[in-house]
Amino acid sequence: MKQKTTTKTSYHIPIGPIHPALKEPVFFEFEIDGERIVDVDVKLGHVHRAVEWASRKRNPIQILYIAERICGICSYSHPVAFALAVEDAADIMIPERAEYLRVIQGELERICSHLLWAGVAAHEIGFDTVLFFTWQVRERTLDLTEFLTGNRITKAITMIGGVRRDITKDMLPRIQKDLDYLKECYGKLGKIFLEDKTIKLRSQGAGILTKEDALKLCAVGPTTRASGVKKDVRVDTSYFAYGDLDIDCITPADLTGTVNGDVYDRIIQRLLEVKQSIDLIEQCVDKMPAGDIVAEPKIAKLLAQLKKVNGEGVGRHEAPRGEVIHYVKLDGNDAPFTWKVRAPTYNNILPWIPMLKGEQIADIPIVAASTDPCISCTNRVGIVKDGNKYELTKEQLHKMSVEKTRRLMR
Amino acid sequence: MAEKRLNPEELVKYFKDEFKTNIKNIQIKRRAAGKKKNETATIWMKIDKSAFKKVIEHLCKLQFPHLGVASGNDLGNTIELIYHFTLNSGKRMEEINLHISVELPKSKPEIETICDWIPGALITEREKMEMLGVKIIGIPDDRKCFLPDDFPEDVYPWRRDEKGLEKLYKNLHEVKK
Repeated sequence: MKQKTTTKTSYHIPIGPIHPALKEPVFFEFEIDGERIVDVDVKLGHVHRAVEWASRKRNPIQILYIAERICGICSYSHPVAFALAVEDAADIMIPERAEYLRVIQGELERICSHLLWAGVAAHEIGFDTVLFFTWQVRERTLDLTEFLTGNRITKAITMIGGVRRDITKDMLPRIQKDLDYLKECYGKLGKIFLEDKTIKLRSQGAGILTKEDALKLCAVGPTTRASGVKKDVRVDTSYFAYGDLDIDCITPADLTGTVNGDVYDRIIQRLLEVKQSIDLIEQCVDKMPAGDIVAEPKIAKLLAQLKKVNGEGVGRHEAPRGEVIHYVKLDGNDAPFTWKVRAPTYNNILPWIPMLKGEQIADIPIVAASTDPCISCTNRVGIVKDGNKYELTKEQLHKMSVEKTRRLMR
Repeated sequence: MAEKRLNPEELVKYFKDEFKTNIKNIQIKRRAAGKKKNETATIWMKIDKSAFKKVIEHLCKLQFPHLGVASGNDLGNTIELIYHFTLNSGKRMEEINLHISVELPKSKPEIETICDWIPGALITEREKMEMLGVKIIGIPDDRKCFLPDDFPEDVYPWRRDEKGLEKLYKNLHEVKK
């Protein structure tokens, strides 16, 4: 029989907007040839909530609380970057003790986020016992966060010019106890993730982002560092108390000696950063000076002060997923003239394309999850082939990923 | 990739010598933090639209910069774009923030793309197109990025004039779909 001339060798798979490795909806369209991904297109904006528009009728203190709700995991990074931008514009110097307290909160958030990510990554390749273990550890970290701030997720700890709650002397033993627990679990986690044969098989050589691509596509955070680009706001600039602390930019080479930029390196990168965060919190507890925790405790006075400001400022903070930038322009009104938010995933969208090209369908969940893209709710995949529409549910896609792991284990 | 490290003063001098009157309002700000009061430098500069592409070219040839994002302001008669770069990353507390601002007249809000130099600028340029109604000349992908495909024509959410969102949320029937 004569073959149809219209036969294509590749076909398209749309994934999302509600999607395998994301809690936030993103739409992927994959061009597939057999099992290989030939091309990827990413479409964003399904959860654009016009946060910046909402800020036009609110004063800077109110915006702190909107900023906190941009992301459930970076619920500290966004308000604090906004506060940094306002402080830059208004030239507010914050008390030294507050700078240390801000570091402690930032690093706690990083530990929570990286542990959450480690669990999701394990789940994506079918290791659900590891998911439960990492999230159990994360639970302890969340308890510590609750102990320090009063809340687990939306902490409302940031204030323009400082923080809202102090850490008193009687709280220190509890912090140390939990940090010790974390260190103990860290050893176990390191063993699971770094020595397990199957995790290596699934992650080594998968989703490679070269150093050159990382630089050109302006990737940020662990994603770019795992490709060997030394870029970390905490190391490169002096903000909060980071300038005082002993901190070095980590890349996977610190452990293995080489940088491959694959999923495995991104796992190593995040694990090493958890250790670094524990160390930074300990340093802060040791070195923290006494004093005020906020520059101007009276909010009405602070707002009046901000109303006189005419200027612009930029706040940058190293969030768990990378650098977050807020730009604020104040023009003497109640509400800021402009507020621009740039979350780290914004810059880590384009690097997905070189990462996913050439991979298999079963690798989509883990490769997409490996940049920690403000992680993971999930849904269905539809396969459109020759005009017929097949639907792959999230469960099936997940099953394919798990099956690949099982195949490799045999 | 080029990798020449200059300190803030040298960088400002380099651009001043190269572009002279096309660069205005250069400011170097330093902000101290922590107990040791270590400082980080920030450079703000305003560039004439005609020299913008050349400045980016010089910047990339000097040292490939990291583009954080471009933000935008509607200033009434003009639209201001601010490109937030960082330079000298990788060494302890040596990074420089470089904020380059360009003003475009509202009658002709056009600017050349920088994607040919910095491919990572694509998403932020697409965002500026849909949010501010700026035309980016030569952009490799001009689809909408964050707004839905059926978003009304000629409405730009970040504008503060008649093309802003006022009509859209008050008198939707007046908006052309």
